[in-house]
Amino acid sequence: MATEAVKKPKKQMRPAIESGCPDGMQYLHPVMLRNFGQWVDHQHPRPGVLCHVAASGEKIWTVRAGTQRILDVYTLRKLCDIGDEFGDGHVRFTIRSNIEYMIDAESKVEPLIGALTDAGFIVGGTQNSVAMISHTQGWLHCDIPGTDASGIVKSMMDELIHEFTNAEMPNRVHITTSCCQINCGGQGDIAINIQHTKPPKINHDLVANVCERPSVVARCPVAAIRPAMVNGKPSLEVDEKKCICCGACYPPCPPMQINDPEHSKLAVWVGGNHSNARSKPSFQKLVAAGIPNNPPRWPEATAVVKKILAAYKEDAKDWERINDWIDRIGWPRFFEITDLPFTKFHIDNWRGSRKSLNSSSHIRF
Amino acid sequence: MNESDDQKGNNPAGSPPQQSNHDTPMLDHLESGPWPSFISGIKRLRDDHPSDRVNGMANDLLGQLEHSYQTKKGYWKGGTVSVYGYGGGIIPRFSEVGDMFPKSREFHTLRVQPPAGNHYSTDMLRNLADSWEKHGSGLVTFHGQTGNIMFIGATTDNTQHFFDEINEYGFDLGGAGPCVRTAMSCVGSARCEMSCTNEHKVHRSLVNNFTDDVHRPALPYKFKFKISGCPNDCMNSIERADFAVIGTWRDDMKVDQQAFKDYVGRKGRQHTIDNIITRCPTNALSLKDDDSVEVDNRNCVRCMHCLNVVPSAFSPGDDKGISILIGGKRTLKIGDMFGTVIVPFMRLDNEEDYERLVEIAEETIDFFAENALEHERTGEMIERIGLVNFLEGIGVEVDPNMISHPRESSYVRMDEWDDEAAKWFERRANGDAQVSGGAV
Ligand code: HEM
Ligand code: SF4
Ligand code: SF4
Ligand code: SF4
Ligand code: SF4
Repeated sequence: MATEAVKKPKKQMRPAIESGCPDGMQYLHPVMLRNFGQWVDHQHPRPGVLCHVAASGEKIWTVRAGTQRILDVYTLRKLCDIGDEFGDGHVRFTIRSNIEYMIDAESKVEPLIGALTDAGFIVGGTQNSVAMISHTQGWLHCDIPGTDASGIVKSMMDELIHEFTNAEMPNRVHITTSCCQINCGGQGDIAINIQHTKPPKINHDLVANVCERPSVVARCPVAAIRPAMVNGKPSLEVDEKKCICCGACYPPCPPMQINDPEHSKLAVWVGGNHSNARSKPSFQKLVAAGIPNNPPRWPEATAVVKKILAAYKEDAKDWERINDWIDRIGWPRFFEITDLPFTKFHIDNWRGSRKSLNSSSHIRF
Repeated sequence: MNESDDQKGNNPAGSPPQQSNHDTPMLDHLESGPWPSFISGIKRLRDDHPSDRVNGMANDLLGQLEHSYQTKKGYWKGGTVSVYGYGGGIIPRFSEVGDMFPKSREFHTLRVQPPAGNHYSTDMLRNLADSWEKHGSGLVTFHGQTGNIMFIGATTDNTQHFFDEINEYGFDLGGAGPCVRTAMSCVGSARCEMSCTNEHKVHRSLVNNFTDDVHRPALPYKFKFKISGCPNDCMNSIERADFAVIGTWRDDMKVDQQAFKDYVGRKGRQHTIDNIITRCPTNALSLKDDDSVEVDNRNCVRCMHCLNVVPSAFSPGDDKGISILIGGKRTLKIGDMFGTVIVPFMRLDNEEDYERLVEIAEETIDFFAENALEHERTGEMIERIGLVNFLEGIGVEVDPNMISHPRESSYVRMDEWDDEAAKWFERRANGDAQVSGGAV
């Protein structure tokens, strides 16, 4: 950066104003401000649109649209232009990075949808639809990724778009991705996550310079790492029999190369549900693994997700989330109707795992 | 355009950029299809942006990303970058292949705290776009899963310039590293009839009490607050936050019987039985012969199901407040964990109540700072030392709402049983034992 690299002499630095989290109230739509805490009902006039009703009788319409999440300033300004011309200039973003426009009249809904659609944004993602896939960073920005997140999400949303723009699922479906086994993506009805299948390859020449060896040893969940001298230099070695290929040693010690173009695979998990509705919150469970990490479009991963969604859409009752559905039909039926293989790897052996075994004669035939 | 720091680099409008574009055969595949393409967006910066700094950065970013797609590997490494006076808030990124892609060699992310509830005016979004275009790559995410606005792609010098500019109009960095992290709260009271608390105020009261712990990482590991206005927990707080606040109510839920009857009339009795009555997890609902509904409120666990299905008929009661669950987290290092109920119910009516809430958070973070091992989350610490030790540490009494069921193992020393039982009866006599969720 020739224009910028020239170091200027240190001048007086500006002290930060530690203001923390800004007040959101200043940006609220006036109807929302007036009726704060006084909402009594809502309707879902069509996918992508919500209408909330306040005790005062006032209404606010929300139009929700999916974007590419990684916004360039042109796209951001386009979203603002639409909000100024067709909306009321008040927006928010959902936890899944959709933009929401709040407007005070029903007559504004259709023109706003038209403007968003014409500009290439996708209106939908409300209620019992497949919501925008929540994603992480991946190759675009993270320092430890086994895959790209934005590319997987784009590829899958292209194929799931009908389920985003319609609300035909038994209940809402939240999909997440994670581009390493740290799993920043969180729990999801369906999760597509990296699963490494080989222990890290250690670049012994670098360990001594780059890694604080005791903290790397401490990071391993199964105590598979020990300090060792390799080629006369202090390094680390991994007990490959113990290693569970989780990659936890890689962030504190980049020479512990866990990412492998061939052996870092994708796995699919289902039934993670954060809501307390009906059943208590639940964690996702492994259903498929060994899926190739296949850029630029990851068709194998999308195929597995579509298979699960098709079975769920067909078989689940209204209001059942994926975990509720499987609780009702049982895991044997799940594997049967999704045609996914059941293997020894589905049987947990981590701490507390005996709770996941069937200790009854409750068996469906 | 608002270029300031690189006037020299500006092309006359319309003339092509001077560098040659990297080939991106794999990324080009991500431009087809109906979903908006992030690749097309980055290419727009490369092809249309008048500043050489911005278009050059976009071009080299695409080059490096294509290289990742070709080789299936990432090429960023971390480092140490911060703004003056802070120790965190920036995710430093230096390219390992910077010689091939020099203009995106330094590509740091600034994590910036959004307004509570993620509300913006388009004017404020334009201000942010202008500032970011002046100093950064022009790529931004609203928001990362951490809850931050992620301004992706600035050089080390420009992180400071950008921060100085947006800090002047009210934005501050979020957390990165072992510190209190950026909090998240749902839309709640601003637009949702399920809301039982002022999420917005809870959010800011909590996280803004810890700005020092946000900006200067010195905890054993990260600590996250997430606030959901009702048990639907749209913020995933029980599964993802060290300190989850969930709005709830304690009295009877409100039922509009006429609205319910209308629903039954519209949908039919069978639908109502199959989708509402039999789906209540504690069988607290029954459909009466006249199509009204009876609620066994003592056994309603506030699961929200009936409210979600017929929001016009069911609503939360009037005695609203929050539950607090502590210790949720994801996989690393001992496996995923849910939060555990620490406070079954407390009201948030006045400033004193909010002070008590902040005090519970302070006690928790102090205890965590002193007792957690390096890189251990709060939930893992509680697992290691046991819930009772944690409760004693933060000065909270035991409560049967904290458990799913009492212990199953007899391997425990109980010679202080009589004292503990007496304590319980004394608390009940004073009205402060929380058999069914008394106030803190
Ligand atoms: C050693 C452990 C960890 C490391 C080194 C790590 C590293 C990172 C990094 C570098 C990023 C930013 C990616 C980028 O902007 O380039 C990130 C994002 C994130 N991390 Fe972690 N992380 C760790 C553990 C976790 C855990 C255990 C969780 C969950 C409880 C988590 C949740 C997140 C979330 C939600 C994001 C935001 C992702 C997004 O929206 O793009 N991280 N992590
Ligand atoms: S899941 Fe892993 S690779 Fe992806 S952003 Fe999170 S830490 Fe980085
Ligand atoms: S990959 Fe995981 S299990 Fe294997 S050595 Fe590293 S930290 Fe230990
Ligand atoms: S958590 Fe509850 S109050 Fe908050 S937005 Fe979701 S449904 Fe509404
Ligand atoms: S909120 Fe849930 S537990 Fe309570 S009555 Fe409704 S369905 Fe039953």
